[in-house]
Amino acid sequence: MKKAKLLLTISLLALPALAAPADEGPRFSAGWGFDQRSGPALYAAICAGCHMPDGRGARGAAAYPALAGNARLAATPYLLRMILKGGKAMPAFGSVLDDAQVGAVAGEVLRRFGPPGLSSIANEDVAALRAAIQQEEGSHPP
Amino acid sequence: MVRHITIPPHQPTRRAWLQQLGRVAGSGAVYAALTQLGLAQASPARADFGLGRATKGARVLVLGAGLAGLVSAHELQRAGYQVQLLEYQARPGGRCWTLRGGDRYTELGGASQHCEFAPGEYFNPGPWRIPYHHHGVLDYCKRLGVALQPFIQINHNAYVHGQQAFGGKPQRWRELQSDFQGQVSELLAKVVQQHLLDEALSAEDQARLLEALRSHGALDAQGRYRAGEIAAERRGFGPQPGAGVSAAPPHDQPLGLHDVLASGLAGRLDLGSGFEYQMPLFQPVGGMDAIARALAKAVGPQRIRYGARVTRIEQDEHGVSAQYEELARPGRMLTTQADWCVCTLPLSVLSQVEMRISPALRAAIDAVSYFAAVKVGLQFGRRFWEEDEGIYGGISSTDLAIRTIGYPSHHFHARKGVLLGAYAFGANAYEFSALPPAERVREALRLGAQIHPQYPAEFEHGMAVAWHRHPATLGCFAWWTRAARERHYPQLLQMDGRLILAGEHASLLPAWQEGAVLSAQHAVTALHAKASA
Repeated sequence: MKKAKLLLTISLLALPALAAPADEGPRFSAGWGFDQRSGPALYAAICAGCHMPDGRGARGAAAYPALAGNARLAATPYLLRMILKGGKAMPAFGSVLDDAQVGAVAGEVLRRFGPPGLSSIANEDVAALRAAIQQEEGSHPP
Repeated sequence: MVRHITIPPHQPTRRAWLQQLGRVAGSGAVYAALTQLGLAQASPARADFGLGRATKGARVLVLGAGLAGLVSAHELQRAGYQVQLLEYQARPGGRCWTLRGGDRYTELGGASQHCEFAPGEYFNPGPWRIPYHHHGVLDYCKRLGVALQPFIQINHNAYVHGQQAFGGKPQRWRELQSDFQGQVSELLAKVVQQHLLDEALSAEDQARLLEALRSHGALDAQGRYRAGEIAAERRGFGPQPGAGVSAAPPHDQPLGLHDVLASGLAGRLDLGSGFEYQMPLFQPVGGMDAIARALAKAVGPQRIRYGARVTRIEQDEHGVSAQYEELARPGRMLTTQADWCVCTLPLSVLSQVEMRISPALRAAIDAVSYFAAVKVGLQFGRRFWEEDEGIYGGISSTDLAIRTIGYPSHHFHARKGVLLGAYAFGANAYEFSALPPAERVREALRLGAQIHPQYPAEFEHGMAVAWHRHPATLGCFAWWTRAARERHYPQLLQMDGRLILAGEHASLLPAWQEGAVLSAQHAVTALHAKASA
């Protein structure tokens, strides 16, 4: 019994370090920011934690909304704003992703779950929204 | 503009990454972060907190039976209020939680883990240590007879590990710390001796400084940090002295200043320097949930309704009511009423609950997201860290994604033991959360084996808790931004009609149980004042 468990353990550890294809980047980032670059790798590293790998969301005491079939994805600025600034329980990722990464992960969400034809996001669009959010945060409401 | 912050949280403490932040971004950023975290505050709790007498028969509904809810209910009850608690989970305590053999934990997404730890073994996936100055928590432990034991934060014999440092070989904290302190002391002594501080310091102070540096850095009479008995008294000996026929024990060569600096580990020696991490710290004997169980017993189990998912909170000038779903009978909605309400549900949950509250409180609830953290508990069939490496309790730190290995501060020399095999923050926490639980355990083993090669041979069982997958909290703790603190925090603590919030999110000590306790005391004090008016 113990021997069987031991063998299982060793075989688990002997698995190749769950190697991802080269373009997907590392499984674990080195620092505070994310090191993955491609849309699929960023989705797997960030979004899948709460919205689940298949985008169906989850429900407990409260819910993580499903991305699959989510009507709000039709508005690209909404998606970018949620990624950059967060909202309610959704954390902001603006400080841990650069513009290209934000574009890549948003594009991946749109490609998999959004309406057809909306999956490419220009870095300039991300940069412009990032600047707008910074301005909003700098100006306190009365 | 790209604002890519790459501050590796090398240390297993939030205070440590603040220090990293200070190095990268300056002290202003640190103060801002301190304000967010609330770490600049000491706990103002006083012993023997208590309310006056309540208006006879007044009823209070307490939402959530975590530490904030339980303390609120306990204090209100002591004052004479009739309390009723609604709790989503099937147990009291919330994040004050201990996993033991026989427990089953199902996370969001449906993955289920069955805990197979040996009898007596346990793992605290949430809070695991109590600083000596968290008077509020300690006072309830004292009052309710929760036995405490020391929690070892600093172990001089534990490791500091960097993948690129010393060929990936873990360094003993004792040696690295002694050598860094010794080499820096020698350097400063040289600066004094070369009269480079003549303008800054008087001759008397220079003499005093040299004297102090000799003892601070374990320097010899010439002000040098050298292999020999003086340094060995700090960094340890090669073979331990005390017996044998050798006239003098051999002394290892200390690391040079360049080696220490080039390793990048010198900035990671402050595991116990921060106010929250200074010894002594404590843990309840047998698991953190001893505190929750003692409070729940004091409140009375009949007062707590488990498996209740709150969906709506209403109030008017006469009272409050909460609508909830019984998890045992999905779809069945029930309503309960009271005169007042203390709501301790996490903001991550409350932001989805319909509430009759002011727009300002709603805005405050919606302004906070939750910090990501993941902990993995690993049971090993042999306490190799004690037997092979002489590590009894304490923490090893690493720049691997697991960040931390925590050794149990209890059951020394027992047959088996459970390590904290990972305490991941930030990006690594999201990356761990996205993996299925069994794979989180596998990764904790794969990475930890770089520090303890005994892992594969001795591993028996693991449990992995990703806080963003926790069904009751949807996150680890309230991650206040500076802007949100400034705009919304005071509002969050205001009584709103007949309702007031409590929880670590409603405190200046987020993530700590002390924050939950203090906010509960604040909430019931405000409620009692209004109810007595």
